[in-house]
Amino acid sequence: MSTESVQPVEDFRLRAREWLAENMPRLEDRDASLDDPENDDASWARTKELQRKLWDGGFAGIGFPREYGGLGLTREHQRAFSAESAPYEMPLRINVPTLAICAATILDMGSEQQKRDRIGGALRGDELMVQFLSEPRGGSDLAGVTTKAERDGDVWILNGAKIWSSGAYAADYGLCLVRTDWSVPKHAGLTMFLVPVKAPGVTIRRIRQVNGSTEFCEEFFDDVMLPADAVVGEVNGGWAVASRQLYWERTAMGGGSPYISGVGRGIASAADQPLQALARAVGRVDDPKVRELIGESRANHLVQDHLVRRVMAGLAGGHLPGPSASMTRLFHAETDWRDSDIRLEIAGGAAVTGPVGDHGPGQVGEFFLNRQAGSLGGGSTEMARNVISERVLGMPREYAADRDVPFNQVEQGRA
Amino acid sequence: MDFELTPDQKLFRATTKKFLDTEVPLSTVRELSTGPHGFARDWWTRGAELGWTALLVPEEQGGGSVSDAGLLDLLIVAEEMGRLVSPGPLLPVNVVLSALVEAGGHESTVESLMAGETIGTWAVYEPGSGWTPDDPSVTATPTDDGWTLSGVKDRVEAAEAADLFLVTVRAPEGLTQFLVPADAPGLRVEPSWSLDLVRRFGELHLDDVQVPATALVGRLGAAAPLVDRQRLIASVLQSAETAGAVDRVLEFTIAWAFDRYSFGRPLASYQALKHRFADMKTWLEACHGIVSAAGRAVQDRSGDAAELVAAAASYVGSKATDIIQDCVQLHGGIGVTWEHDLHLYLRRATVNRALYGTPEEHRRALADLVIASEGVSA
Repeated sequence: MSTESVQPVEDFRLRAREWLAENMPRLEDRDASLDDPENDDASWARTKELQRKLWDGGFAGIGFPREYGGLGLTREHQRAFSAESAPYEMPLRINVPTLAICAATILDMGSEQQKRDRIGGALRGDELMVQFLSEPRGGSDLAGVTTKAERDGDVWILNGAKIWSSGAYAADYGLCLVRTDWSVPKHAGLTMFLVPVKAPGVTIRRIRQVNGSTEFCEEFFDDVMLPADAVVGEVNGGWAVASRQLYWERTAMGGGSPYISGVGRGIASAADQPLQALARAVGRVDDPKVRELIGESRANHLVQDHLVRRVMAGLAGGHLPGPSASMTRLFHAETDWRDSDIRLEIAGGAAVTGPVGDHGPGQVGEFFLNRQAGSLGGGSTEMARNVISERVLGMPREYAADRDVPFNQVEQGRA
Repeated sequence: MDFELTPDQKLFRATTKKFLDTEVPLSTVRELSTGPHGFARDWWTRGAELGWTALLVPEEQGGGSVSDAGLLDLLIVAEEMGRLVSPGPLLPVNVVLSALVEAGGHESTVESLMAGETIGTWAVYEPGSGWTPDDPSVTATPTDDGWTLSGVKDRVEAAEAADLFLVTVRAPEGLTQFLVPADAPGLRVEPSWSLDLVRRFGELHLDDVQVPATALVGRLGAAAPLVDRQRLIASVLQSAETAGAVDRVLEFTIAWAFDRYSFGRPLASYQALKHRFADMKTWLEACHGIVSAAGRAVQDRSGDAAELVAAAASYVGSKATDIIQDCVQLHGGIGVTWEHDLHLYLRRATVNRALYGTPEEHRRALADLVIASEGVSA
């Protein structure tokens, strides 16, 4: 750590306010066509461009250490900057997973070279990262992955498939958890690799979801060659890296990451409009029942914000065990879930049918169809509940048929 | 409350807890349910000696806090009282004290309230109306040397035990508050029934009650900011008490899940039940998080205090009964008996849910704030 004095948060806030006003585009001037899924490549290019602006202005990576391109400042500085940035168009899509999950994991577990190259690359707006964790047959059993890498002289040969990676088509590197030893129990034979997404042998297929989004991808690896320095952490020590990655994922999903810039979601949507605007659009803003729903949503978000702060403080002070971050993950899903219901309740019939060409509140209906996304992405809420009951409350672990069994002897089932 | 308390706050919490544990264990709470006031006055005086009534009063008026953040210290007491479903007029006395301190004057009343010699309460609800403390229909009409008060207040906490009432009224000049002694001619208290076994309420009938000019609290027609402050303090205190109650209930329900075996294994080993405990633990931490934030905002008089208090009151108010009733379910048959302590907590939480604003009222208030701030933030 540098011994030079840290700029006081309020000074930093004022400097950020001034810089943002002079350099970042106002949100109201934002090109709304970037939200159209058909225009996704342009949206990612815009994200990189805006991140580059932050980098050039000296505001990229507020919480990341200076030696890897960040500013080495505190969470309070980060919060101040995020709050100040609210009126501006920000590169929000780079926050998750690139900065908050992947770069955070590399910072904790990667080699010096990986930290310099990948964190620096992301902060400069040159590179995006993606998580290659889930597999088509995997479900919630992440340690049961069957994508494999085999050593061949100086290189590793990767084969298998991953799925549910968000934005892989736009990414440059993926943190990929694979099996490297089949003769030991499942957690012991895993290794994490940094896979160049555009490497020969990587095929990406985009998945269309119920709401029309094609954000998620499926990847196929056919004899992809990886150099030895693509290993993150230790060979066969991949579970430790994945655990750290999951920690950062929970933290990001719960809204507590110290490594993001800006507030809000990466992609705007009519379904994200303020509830009072929706209520007004359907002529119900004065309905007391609708007001209760608007207030309930506001309360949930405030409570969520302060749960996150409490859990972060509890973790920092040792008052709560590490897995407590799962509580923020669970709460976030519940808040999203309830918002989706509330939007549907407010919109009423306008959520499900309306004039051709005027989809307006109809996006609320599509959002509702995709309501479970927040309870599945980043690990199912059932897994979060297991973690909370077993590792926060100390309740007995669920029975696992593969515990302490060499992975090559574990039954794999048919589907 | 926050995880990090100062050493003085920790000591204060420990002293409060020990006193409550010794003096009013749940067996005593049950006995008090058949008594006249639900608490003993000499007991309350001793609570006052522990500092429960001094925390919102500045040092120059003889009060003082443990941490220089008196409201946060008071929330510690409220939470500990919630954990034991304690009796006592903690909320009404402190609301009255905060009103008198904010308004100035009434020094001797402040002193005797602080000493626990006098019990004061806030008469703010009216029959047939919801949580509208700034819109009373009880009237104050000027006389030659004072005022005549007329009307009815209900849901008055500790009404029978109270020596004086802080009454919100509509004067010709606007919202006003008066301090009315219990023995004022024309004043009558009718006891109400209450779901809570020890916390009592009453109806206050004011039939042309004559009060002198000195009964005025603050300035005529200018009570709105005082009443706003009172409602924030009442709501956050009540939310802290409820959070304390939920904390204790979940604690003993989790212990029960480890101790109780069915089909040869503890209840705590069943995933269907574990998932419910995970939800409840998460909600409980959320309750503590929002109560702390609301308490700090009220203490610091920050601009978002009203919003955070409404969020706390609506969230804690409704989640508390959900959690406690789920704990009843997890206890099985024993949970629905009079002998089990669960219903004492459920009673307290249910009463708290409905007073000083229901969750629904707080949600509508939040919506008003959201909609009012639209033009500002956009």
